[in-house]
Amino acid sequence: MTDISADALADVPLAAGIGVDHIAFPARSAYKSVVASLRDAGFEMCADLCGVDYLGHPGRALPDGVAPERFEVVVNLLSLSAKSRVRIRVQAPEADPVVDSIFDVYPGVEAMEREAYDLLGIRFAGHPDLTRILMPEEWEGHPLRKDYGSGRVPVQFKEAPGPR
Amino acid sequence: MTPIDSFEADEPMMRSIERPAWSTRETSEGAQELSTRVETDSPALGRESGAVLRLPDGQVLDASQIDIDRPDDETMIINMGPQHPSTHGVLRLMLELDGEVVLRTKPIIGYLHTGMEKTGEELTYVQGTTNVTRMDYLSPLHNELVFSLATEALLGVEVPTRATWIRMLMCELNRVSSHLMWMATNGMDLGSTTMMIFGFREREMVLSFFEKTTGLRLNTNYIRPGGVAADLPDGWEDDVAVICDTVLNRSFEYDDLLTGQPIFRERTEAVGNLTAEEALALGVTGPLLRSTGVPWDLRRSMPYLAYDELEFDVVVGTYGDNFDRYAIRLNEIRESIRMIRQIVEKMPAGDYRVQDPKITPPPRGRIDSSMEALIHHFKIFTEGFKVPEGEVYVPIESPRGELGCYLVSDGTSKPFRMHIRGPSFVNLQVLPLLLRGGLLSDAVAVISSVDPVMGEVDR
Repeated sequence: MTDISADALADVPLAAGIGVDHIAFPARSAYKSVVASLRDAGFEMCADLCGVDYLGHPGRALPDGVAPERFEVVVNLLSLSAKSRVRIRVQAPEADPVVDSIFDVYPGVEAMEREAYDLLGIRFAGHPDLTRILMPEEWEGHPLRKDYGSGRVPVQFKEAPGPR
Repeated sequence: MTPIDSFEADEPMMRSIERPAWSTRETSEGAQELSTRVETDSPALGRESGAVLRLPDGQVLDASQIDIDRPDDETMIINMGPQHPSTHGVLRLMLELDGEVVLRTKPIIGYLHTGMEKTGEELTYVQGTTNVTRMDYLSPLHNELVFSLATEALLGVEVPTRATWIRMLMCELNRVSSHLMWMATNGMDLGSTTMMIFGFREREMVLSFFEKTTGLRLNTNYIRPGGVAADLPDGWEDDVAVICDTVLNRSFEYDDLLTGQPIFRERTEAVGNLTAEEALALGVTGPLLRSTGVPWDLRRSMPYLAYDELEFDVVVGTYGDNFDRYAIRLNEIRESIRMIRQIVEKMPAGDYRVQDPKITPPPRGRIDSSMEALIHHFKIFTEGFKVPEGEVYVPIESPRGELGCYLVSDGTSKPFRMHIRGPSFVNLQVLPLLLRGGLLSDAVAVISSVDPVMGEVDR
């Protein structure tokens, strides 16, 4: 099987992974163009997009030339014709957690980018409808962030007996 | 200048900061809702339509193509759900109708959000399967499997052959029960209460076998990192043979009941058509993708467990309509039964879980006689086991499509990040496309054929 992603990932730091051809670490500015060239190379589907908050775990293994940031957007691309997968991990700094939306390349990421925005507060520039998707609209904070206080909001169920 | 550089924080990119003026103020969804035409200016309608209505080839609908100037009193926005019998849970659809024709659709989800990904970060890997099994409550074993496979990939553990085959057996039985449940609810949505009774009746046989094997009918917590929780019960071959024979014979009764029935065909054929390009662009997987003619099944294309040792056919459709999706699921029941029969024949002897003292608790009998075993048992169930640093994405073919688990470990006994790629969550995005231009009465049939399980959508 030839490596169809080789050309598109020529200038991108790479790592090996389980079940994927490559794990690519493009710079934030090159992220969208790398994804677009991967789609042209035969990756027809974006299987998954999610965000990770690396607060408290900064020392993860990254290839040379990639500076770790607090947030990461992880995209799993799938090529049905070549039966191969490529994972892309983009770093997004805490002060400005914005990456380009790849909605123009894969419209199927619409809900996934909204989920990453909703739960982690990573914003996607160019997304057509960046609203919360799982949480109520007036919810404060982003629950999957590591500094989000779990159990911070006391939940009182209706008709629940009070403290005895 | 890259788009990121040009982005300014003051720019109102998000609409979520404050509740917009047009909001009804009666729900907590605010800007997530579909806005009426009269209350939306042209750019906003274009932007919203771009997100909500999509065209093939990954192209976003051009705002100039939408009938923006249409007066608002010609159309009507109605809410379908979240409490609606045919939305399969708590899916809420806002539909813009022109008479009986659906113009715009927006699915609004999150009513069943229970923060399972956050919960997963606070449970150990041992406890993790109890959490994920509740996501897609119609195929709990697939959820457990994908989490266990991801954990094992990080651990670098090789599972015994018998455990792998038991997993395959249980997952295929689960696929049968899940598809039977779909046949039942789909029949119900189209007015065939007989099919509902039939589907639940046959599904109950499979669930009884689950109860016998795992102790629970649903949310079994049977497949765990390192193997399965218990060996198959005595006489399991006979139980499985009865299930296979009965379900296979009765699947031909469904043919008599539905497949050839003119009313059923009228309501399903050429309704909710999907093309392969649209499906791929939207990330659709599972029976929906196969109905468009793409022979993509992870069991065949990227085999996991021991699916490469089984003989089976990947069922594909041609037109991508509701009938194709019905036929695919019906035939996948038969293919699964074919697989189950091979698994029963080839089931190897051996251990049902890996004998690695780091991962496997000691057998119950040794706890009474050995102090070390007691300590060891206690440690595994309180602290769990440590998983080496790393990250992995494992996909499997659930009854609804590609079920993926992205797991990040920081070397402790709890996942640093656990993300589940729910097939229903992604598949739900085709609804605006499938419903557009169709009749409201067909909306029920189309929602059913997409087969969303809201537990997995909202997680």
